Amino acid sequence: MNTTRRKEAISNSNLLFAIAAAIFVLMYGFAILCYPRSFLQYQTFFDLFNLNAPLIILTLGLSIVMIGGGIDISVGAVTGLVTMCCAVYLESGTGSVGGSMLLALGIGVAFGVLQGFLIAYLEIQPFIITLSGMFLANGLLTTIHKDPLNVTLPEFVLLRDFELVVPWLGTTNRLGNFIPLAIKPGTVVALALIALLAVLMRWSRFGRNLYAVGGNSQSALMLGINVKRTKFGSYALCGLLSGVAGFVYIMTTGAGNVGNASGFEMKAIAGSIIGGTMLSGGVGNLIGSPIGALTLLTINELIRAAGVNSNFQSIVSGLLLCVFIVLQSVVLWLRGARGFRLALPAWLAPSGERG
Amino acid sequence: MRGICKSFPGVRALRDVGFTLRAGEVHALMGENGAGKSTLIKVMTGVYEKDSGRIEIDGQAIHFKSPQDAQAFGVGTVYQEITLCPNLSVAENMFIGRGRYAFVDWKRMREKAARLLDSLGIPARPTQQLSSCSLAIQQMIAIARAIDMDCKILILDEPTSSLDEDEVRKLFSLMRELKSRGVGIVFVTHFLDQVYEISDRITVLRNGEFIGEYEAAELPQFELVSKMMGKALDDVSSMRKREPSAADGETPVFEATGLSSAAGVRPFDFAIRKGEVNGFTGLLGSGRSESVRAIYAADKVTGGRVRFKGKEASIGDPIHAMRLGIGYLPEDRKGDGIIADLSVRDNIILALQVLNGFWKPFSRKQAEAFADEYIRSLNIKTASSATPIKSLSGGNQQKAILARWLLTHPEYLILDEPTRGIDVGTKVEIQKLVLKLAEEGVSVTFISSEIDEMIRTCSRLIVMRDRSIVGELTGDDLTENVVMRVIAGGSESI
Repeated sequence: MNTTRRKEAISNSNLLFAIAAAIFVLMYGFAILCYPRSFLQYQTFFDLFNLNAPLIILTLGLSIVMIGGGIDISVGAVTGLVTMCCAVYLESGTGSVGGSMLLALGIGVAFGVLQGFLIAYLEIQPFIITLSGMFLANGLLTTIHKDPLNVTLPEFVLLRDFELVVPWLGTTNRLGNFIPLAIKPGTVVALALIALLAVLMRWSRFGRNLYAVGGNSQSALMLGINVKRTKFGSYALCGLLSGVAGFVYIMTTGAGNVGNASGFEMKAIAGSIIGGTMLSGGVGNLIGSPIGALTLLTINELIRAAGVNSNFQSIVSGLLLCVFIVLQSVVLWLRGARGFRLALPAWLAPSGERG
Repeated sequence: MRGICKSFPGVRALRDVGFTLRAGEVHALMGENGAGKSTLIKVMTGVYEKDSGRIEIDGQAIHFKSPQDAQAFGVGTVYQEITLCPNLSVAENMFIGRGRYAFVDWKRMREKAARLLDSLGIPARPTQQLSSCSLAIQQMIAIARAIDMDCKILILDEPTSSLDEDEVRKLFSLMRELKSRGVGIVFVTHFLDQVYEISDRITVLRNGEFIGEYEAAELPQFELVSKMMGKALDDVSSMRKREPSAADGETPVFEATGLSSAAGVRPFDFAIRKGEVNGFTGLLGSGRSESVRAIYAADKVTGGRVRFKGKEASIGDPIHAMRLGIGYLPEDRKGDGIIADLSVRDNIILALQVLNGFWKPFSRKQAEAFADEYIRSLNIKTASSATPIKSLSGGNQQKAILARWLLTHPEYLILDEPTRGIDVGTKVEIQKLVLKLAEEGVSVTFISSEIDEMIRTCSRLIVMRDRSIVGELTGDDLTENVVMRVIAGGSESI
């Protein structure tokens, strides 16, 4: 190969990912410095997953759609609708855990397919379609059941309380008792999905086509990519992930509630963006997005640990989001300026990109 | 292809056009702007569906529904505007949309891409992000992609418009090689010399109609041009340059000292007098476009002082330049020039509207009158003034943008590559227009990659190399030879 220039200019996608990872490490390091007692425990780290698996799963879905140059703001409402439907079904007396899983996935896919069809094949603005999807899901949710609904089906309660125990990663509490690390099934689902989807986006034809469509859909069409089908696929997949997130949600909390997962779509968008996905499409990373979400969650944990009024969580999250975005665009802008290249040391360059 | 028809709302783009391509030949497709070349190509490649007619490959009737269909039948296309994805790597751009497998083998793809780039002598690395390559290299990559698809039919739509001579030669040897392998090549270009250098046969279209198919050796260049234009070509040499006279005054209309911009031009001095036509020339990437962009503040100005009509002025934004009476027709028509979805009318009145202020909109009648006047006087071919500008051909879009600036009655007009990718007839029209404007006292800066065009129109040429001005030529020095020598680095410096 060419040996004239050894340092490869890192692609925007990887650069943004590096920034996201660095920000998360810094943020978590800061948290450890401030509250070593709590943040040094493995449990605290895994609790980020245990308690927020649905949000992380939604972040994945949104990143996929955003990489394709779209947006889906219905995911939070669909997730909420799924939790309520599952709760009602499980409490109906005829329900089973397997059936509720299918129900969750079915509802998610139904929304994804419908919205994807309207957006990809009828070429309607994704924002408007998914906004209407959000209203629809919200309306259905309150129509089906208004009050909180606890699921009491024994098999389900068993699943809800199930925890994977990792004895060698525990902590000793204040009383001197050893508490092993507990991981919820939702965490496993979220981690598995991260791995699976990251592979999908990096190595599958669908994933690469989606990057091309997000980068320049006209070119993608000329390159022989089925743009409509690819876009449709991204929304369908995002819908499916909303279904999964809904089931994980109710599996964690064990109850259907009108307020379930409300506002998650915005948090997921924020997480994706902090994680290095660009709203303009074509740039993003499926490992980066959950890291972005974790950054947001760490901030929330920090604020909670500091004992400040929880209203401040939103304020601080908002401000930090703004700072991150400005930081990202400043870095990209600096790169765009002629004669400036962020030359990374060889060991930091992404594998396979060393020239 | 036989009897192809295609209509768009209001315009019949193709009427009973026939086109035959034999294996192992280079077939030039010629015609003026709006003759229907691009439309015909898009029908051939499945971007548009034909309204009627037949397409046959190897005697088999075929109906393309999409570009994928066409690809599957071995029709490879390289479009005039580069149609690759800037966010992906070079290797991916060469192979995406082609794999049969559900998963991508990155290592094999990179190796194959490296081999292919190497064999074609393209200076790019497979892992490089496409947006970091120059336009010429992107074009070569698009060609490499088409070649690698083992296509039977290769369509090259203006492949040479962004290449320099060396690259053109490389491309031609590549085309000959493919020809010997039995690939049929459709070659669209506006460069007549290139047509005769490489083509075996020529098909001429005019106004969406089939004019004829000729052996290249039997059709003299002069006849080809008259067939394309449908009239004898106006004698170009009859155009008379305007030499600046003392009456125009000694104070330059525009004067810059030490101007530099964020796009990376070295600080330069520049002045233009009333009614003068001057040009910036140099190779691609020499900084000629960046210089005029700095004058118009299209890139962020980082230093220098400017004087307009002898008075100190500060131009920090294009709007300041516009208010002073400077117009700028950008090089990138699609990206910086037209607003694709707006009508021709709205595109034409845009600049004047901005100057007028958004709170004082023109009445529809006024706008209509403005637009109609220029559609008529510049002979813009459009169904009506309400047609979206994106459905016009390139040359007509260019004329509409020119009209946009003429409407503001600028005192100083910058035209960056106004003639690129448009046909001979329109080129001559635009050159004439430039000279006419100069006659009326408008100062014009004209940039073109065709030196003979610059020499015909400009009375002063500023030569650039490596982002700085290396020479200034006037009078008898304005010959192709001298200009070439200065560009290449002769001793003709100021």
